[in-house]
This record gives sequence, structure tokens and C-alpha cells, in this order.
Amino acid sequence: MKKQMQNKEFIKTWVEGKVGVIQLDRPKVLNAINTSMVREIVETAESFDREDDVMVIVIRGDERTFAAGADIDEMAEVDAVTMELRNQFTDWDRLAIVKKPMIAAVTGYAFGGGFELVLCCDMVFASENAQVGFPEVKLGVMPGAGGTQRLTKLVGKTKALEWLWFGDAKPASEAYDLGVINRLFAPEVLFEETMKVAHRLSEQAPISVRLIKESVNKAVDYSVYEGMQYERKNFYMLFATEDQKEGMAAFKEKRKPHFKGK
Amino acid sequence: MYETITYEVKNNVAWLTLNRPEKLNAFTEQLNKEITDAAKQAERDENVRCVLITGAGRAFCSGEDLAGVNEQMDHAEVLRKRYNPMVKKLASIEKPVVAAVNGVAAGAGMSLALACDFRLAKENASFVEAFIHVGLVPDSGNLYYLPRIVGHAKALELAVLGEKIKAPQAKELGLVTEVYTEEEWDEKVAAFAERLASMPTKAIGLIKRYLQKSWDSDLDEVLEMEAGAQKTAGLTADHHEGIQAFLEKRRPVFQGK
Repeated sequence: MKKQMQNKEFIKTWVEGKVGVIQLDRPKVLNAINTSMVREIVETAESFDREDDVMVIVIRGDERTFAAGADIDEMAEVDAVTMELRNQFTDWDRLAIVKKPMIAAVTGYAFGGGFELVLCCDMVFASENAQVGFPEVKLGVMPGAGGTQRLTKLVGKTKALEWLWFGDAKPASEAYDLGVINRLFAPEVLFEETMKVAHRLSEQAPISVRLIKESVNKAVDYSVYEGMQYERKNFYMLFATEDQKEGMAAFKEKRKPHFKGK
Repeated sequence: MYETITYEVKNNVAWLTLNRPEKLNAFTEQLNKEITDAAKQAERDENVRCVLITGAGRAFCSGEDLAGVNEQMDHAEVLRKRYNPMVKKLASIEKPVVAAVNGVAAGAGMSLALACDFRLAKENASFVEAFIHVGLVPDSGNLYYLPRIVGHAKALELAVLGEKIKAPQAKELGLVTEVYTEEEWDEKVAAFAERLASMPTKAIGLIKRYLQKSWDSDLDEVLEMEAGAQKTAGLTADHHEGIQAFLEKRRPVFQGK
């Protein structure tokens, strides 16, 4: 069942089961991302993050494409000081601290800012014929919303430099081999299969899912020692939840657990 | 619009005819590009449900036009720029592509035939792995497709010895689907292509896509691909028509949708 939400200018949003969906919606420009669209995405993701009925967030484009890049017209004439004052990338920082799982479903192209949006997500599913990449270098610039950092953390320095220096479009299969993409699906079934995964994840114990995300992100940013201290605290914290009691009781009683997210 | 090929759509079949008969349809940069462009055109055209590639005159295609080959030529760049996009396009069109090999298919001309999904041969047609005779290596997908079609040992034999393969032998090797006589050629070729064009196009496209992927995948992956493909095929109008026709005990009429 789809629960339609009040639609924004550049995105469509709705809730299916416990999954909140954000669809980029500028089909005429292959969903090119502009600052207003990012703001809408962030605000929606944050509101899904607060909503009790939503457990997982899916970000997608349309059947044709995810997002072919950032809106160049918006950037072409801007100077450095204006950008510093505008500080537009803080919206992206907010996206990175959303606590619920975010899943990207990538059709067609995810280039530049579109690919950065994909890399903000926790899991990525893509069409077999999708392409990703950072073409910024060809315009005499570079990624500015986390591209150089997130790609490098994912694939390592040598591959990241190759991708970023040449700016070539990379087939989804290569991104899959490098661990950027979780799974490839036929384009015809991508959205459906992604939603199946999202629904499955939405049935897991919510606070576990949340603290696992937080801990894994610390593994990316922290030293192993500090990460492990963090993990330990989160582990302990789960023993304060009803779901832990329920999960372990259900295990002992050989029945399915019923999680409440408490 | 095209100068080195002719392109015509008839009965849902796109006829793409290499048209440099005086040069035995040898490849030039323009010919490579026009084949690629025409293939894209056929891919986009919803009316087209089968692509047929053939040659005007007595040859199918004699390979690279050696008149254009010189010492300065960067062979790798020629392939990357001209041939490889053509071969990739033929592989990615999700419609059946038939090579109607009307005469000799030599060198890259043979590669072109191999890059198609089906090959039909006229009785006096032949295939030649000509590359070795000028000290070169089969290219344009030849080393990919040949062992997959005839097996490794035979592929090595053909590529290294470079002997002419006549149509009947090509049939024995599984290199061609049918051999037709000169008299029946036009009619049988058209019938073969039109038969494909009246089949469930989406299912054919999915078969083509996943057979290709099967070569780089293990059983688990292929099983999963088949599940996805069947899901997709199951949603087509042609599937419903097939079921309906079966229940009504009549011949199905597929729309390619």
C-alpha cells in the first residue's frame, strides 16, 4: 500500500509499508541535482528519520536514470566566496547523519552529484546496465559533496584516483566488483527487488539496525581501538531494549520474535 | 543518409546491407560507423523486431580495407574507435541479429558475422580467419565468439591455420544455422528473419542478455538471473497471449511487447 505524501518541487515521496521512498523527479534534465533538490531530499530523509512508522529509506530516480549529475547552470557563474558563504554542502552533512538505513536504487546514470548521493547511502542496488562515475574533472573541477572521500574509503586510493582523474563512466559491474554496489538486478525488476530488500530490513529489530549503522560508520572514521569502544557501548545499550529481551526469549522458545523498536 | 550501407525496414525486419560491392564490402571508418548507427536506429525503432545484416554483391564482407592500412596506423586505436563500438552495439541490442552471409566473410568480416546472434550462409559462401595470413590476430570479438561457437580446439585451429571454411563445413561446425541455395536465398533469408520478427521479442532479448552473462557467472548467479528474467517475461503481453492462445487452442500472435 502506498501512502502518498505532500509532494515537493523536485522530488516525489511516499511510504510503502515501513519504507519511505524518495524519488528524484526532474526527468527533463535526467534528474540533475540542484541545491533545492538536495534540501528537499535532506528534509524528507530527516522527517522519515523522525517518523515511527518508517524504518528504511529508499532513494531512487525514475526507470530511465538515477541522476546524471549536478545542475551545471546553477554553478557555472558562482565564485568561491559566494560558495563559502552559501555553504550549500552542509545539507549533505545532514544527510550523512540520518540514523535509519538509506538504500539507493540506481537506474541508468549516477554521475557527479548523483553518484555522491548514491555514496551517501548505506546500501546500493543497481540495474545491470547502470553506469556511475565522477566526470567533474572534465569540467575543470572535482567532486565537492564527499565524492573523493567516500569513494576512496570504499575502493581504496589507486582505484579512486583512476576514476576521479579520468572521469570515465564506469559500468555497474565494475562498481559491483569493487564493492560499491551490493547487488545488480535486471533493470526491469530493480525497484521491485530493492523494495523487497528494504521491506526485509524494515522487519529487523530497529534499534539494532540503527546502532549497527552507527558502529559501522565509526569503523570507517575511527581507529580500530576507538571503534571497538564505541561498538561495545552500543552493544551494552541494546540490553536496555525490550527488543533484546523479546529476541532472546523468542530464540529460547523457538518462535519468531516480534520487535517493537523499543 | 547512409552512404556505405542501405537501411530499410520491411515486415518488422531492419535490413542493413553493406554496400561497397566493388570493394567486397571491405570496412572503412565510415562503414563501421554507419553499421553502428544503423544498429542503434534499429534498436530504438519499436517496429523493428529483428535486425538482418547482409552484403551487396558477391561478398558478405572482406574485412578491413587494406588500402587504408599503413605503417603509421595504431592498430589498437583503430579497433577501440571503429570496430569495438560496433561489436558492443550488436551484443547489446535486445533484438535478434542475423548475419545473412551471402558470400565471403573474411577477417573482420567474419568477426562481424560472429558478432551476430544467427548466421545463415549461401551455399557458395565461405568464412576465412584471414588475420594470420598478414601476421595479425583475429579481432573485433573474434577470439571471444569463435571458441564459444565452435569450441576451443576448433577455434584455435581455424584462427591459426586460417583455412577457408565453406558453407557446408560451417554448418557442421555449428557456425551457421542454415545453408540455402542461390535460388532459394532471398526468400529463405527473409522468411527466417520474419519468423524471428514475429516471435516474443522481449523474451528473445532476455535470452540473449542472460546467455551472454552466463559465461561469466556461476550457477547461483544464473539461477537468480533466470528468476529476474522470468519475472520480466511473465509481465509481457506476449506471455499472456501465449497462455491465452494455448488455452484457446490457436496460434499465438505476438506483438513484441
